[in-house]
Amino acid sequence: MKALPGTFDSRAAVALADPSLQKALKNFKPLFVAKRAAAVAELDGFEQLRETAAAIKDAVLSELDVWLERYAAKVESLGGHVHFASDAAEAREIIREICRKADAKTICKGKSMVSEEIGLNEVLEDDGYKVVETDLGEYIIQLAKEPPSHIIAPAIHKTREQVADLFEQNHPGRPREDSVAGLVNEARHALRERFFQSDVGITGGNFLIAETGTSIIVTNEGNGDLTQTLSRAHVVTSGIERVIPTLDDLSVFLRLLARSATGQDTECYTTLSSGPKRPGDPDGPEEYHVVLVDNGRSKMLAGRFSQMLRCIRCGACMNHCPVYGAVGGHAYGWVYPGPMGSILTPLFNGLAENYDLPNACTLNGRCQSVCPVKIPLTDLIRTMRNEQIKAGLMPASQRRMMAAWGWVARQPGLYRAFEKLGSKMLRLRAGRSGSLSSLPGAGAWTRVRDLPAPSGPTFIDQWKAKGGQS
Amino acid sequence: MADTTAAHPRVGLLATCLMNVFRPNIGFSAAELLERAGCRVEVPGSQTCCGQPAYSAGDDDAARAMARQLIAQFEDYDYLVSPSGSCVGTVHKYPALFADDPAWQSRAQALADKAYELLSFLVDVRQVDIQASYAGKATYHDSCSGLRQLGVKRQPRELLSKVEGLELAEMDDAEVCCGFGGSFCVKYPQISEKMVDDKLRSIAESGADTLLGGDLGCLMNMAGRLRRTGAKVRVWHTAEVLAGRTDGPAIGEEESR
Repeated sequence: MKALPGTFDSRAAVALADPSLQKALKNFKPLFVAKRAAAVAELDGFEQLRETAAAIKDAVLSELDVWLERYAAKVESLGGHVHFASDAAEAREIIREICRKADAKTICKGKSMVSEEIGLNEVLEDDGYKVVETDLGEYIIQLAKEPPSHIIAPAIHKTREQVADLFEQNHPGRPREDSVAGLVNEARHALRERFFQSDVGITGGNFLIAETGTSIIVTNEGNGDLTQTLSRAHVVTSGIERVIPTLDDLSVFLRLLARSATGQDTECYTTLSSGPKRPGDPDGPEEYHVVLVDNGRSKMLAGRFSQMLRCIRCGACMNHCPVYGAVGGHAYGWVYPGPMGSILTPLFNGLAENYDLPNACTLNGRCQSVCPVKIPLTDLIRTMRNEQIKAGLMPASQRRMMAAWGWVARQPGLYRAFEKLGSKMLRLRAGRSGSLSSLPGAGAWTRVRDLPAPSGPTFIDQWKAKGGQS
Repeated sequence: MADTTAAHPRVGLLATCLMNVFRPNIGFSAAELLERAGCRVEVPGSQTCCGQPAYSAGDDDAARAMARQLIAQFEDYDYLVSPSGSCVGTVHKYPALFADDPAWQSRAQALADKAYELLSFLVDVRQVDIQASYAGKATYHDSCSGLRQLGVKRQPRELLSKVEGLELAEMDDAEVCCGFGGSFCVKYPQISEKMVDDKLRSIAESGADTLLGGDLGCLMNMAGRLRRTGAKVRVWHTAEVLAGRTDGPAIGEEESR
């Protein structure tokens, strides 16, 4: 996916002024948070599971090459093919080649964030394939020609009314549906025939098991199962970091994923695929390919952000992020929104181009507190700011102000004098009103809120005057 | 000597920049509560800032310079205490800043180990007799740094339950950020406005006439927005209520009410 036009600021301004989006966000916000909290409370030892999951991930990441080799060897032994793609372009070429060889016409897709990351749909459509997203949310935004705004609920920015409008335009000959159930049925009907036409089915991979050569997808709609079993060839697209050693390990992650993502004990469908159809199997794909995408991940592994590779793409961080809740996912400008995106997007697409992302965060830590694999998201966002400074990206005006403040703060006498002066001027200006509704140089504060004025001379002055110990 | 220290520890009060300038009453409230808890309170006159603005901005070099200064000023006290979760939270981040400097790291760690946010100190470390009264229905906002970095949650509520006449009405989303976030609120004013308005709605729905919290930055943000929108909710730092120092104007309120 190409980065969206504009800046974070400009996209956020559009988002804040969009009543439909605000309505959608208001409906979604409390839902995921409350459901997760209830699901987590019902399971004993959730905290311990988080620790265990983080430890499993760290252990795998510390010798990722070994686990990837084991995984690939196992897949090959089952008759599947593993392709390593170093970047997005290479990943696209590998998949185009598979589709060409399969003489495909229709390509069905299960939801895959890696597919969004590498911008797959555009090139396949340009090649003339009929590409059909089969996850309901992805189907909606494909019809709307919009990018996803959430990693597990890609059309969360759309209201029911907007979906009804879209379906009415795109499903000629069907009466307009307005209920959620009616809309789901309508999509199911439209997609059903596509599954039967599908030549290549492309899905993501939530987890890859080294021990068994298995790829796992979890969905609530069963669309992934139909995509991969009814197509002649099944292509799994996945980041290289998604491999875990054993099925036992998988059980740890499955208990965390659904609860963290949607607040379910488990998703409706958890599907394990190990290789193509074997002799005697009643169904399944004739070809089974796994495209493992690096695209900057091994570089990430070697740097200060390696903990990001623990991410299992559950979306809990954005569900709990008040900034995401205010502006939605499109403001973040690319595939990965919210806190995880504020770290990933600069790493994938450039620190300078995405300067705002790690800065548009209050460091409130709520994301970090719910992350199922205990990624220190808030700390990493701060570290990203440090990387931006080291790259010379902090605006000069801010840099000068920080330097001046830092210098004064190391001269206690001078700092005191500035505090005294500031206190006095603010009190003079406020009079007895207690606060200021405007203040030259502080317009960004007073545009939104009054500034409470100092209620008297500084504390340290008063403390000394009263003979307090210092 | 050891007995004296245990019974009457020497506490260095970290007078946060915002408190020092905008709300001295919080400092006196903190000192009063600490003294009532048996502490000998001192306010190092050379202190300036914990370095939080630099730390949050990712300016590690500046943050380290501030940290060295503050460590030297406070390390001889039995405790560092401050009426702010975010400033104390910053002190707790010091050791990580000195990952490549073992000598400073051990000094930073020693200070972090005895650095406490006021309200949690008064429950978890010392006991204090609360004798205050306050007529009103209050709701408590859990400021993010205190809550998530230091685990300040039950302590203020426990203390507030002892204030005569005060009814505590929990709001929805008490743990959700108010939109302050230090420089965030001036860098992204529109998003901050949306966030503080969501918070104001929760406050209004709680039916409270008073808003309490433990971090002045957040309180100034919410008090300023409450005033701008004409809401009549009074805003205090929790320490002011616990110390019974609520005779004057609340945060942002006009004088001679």
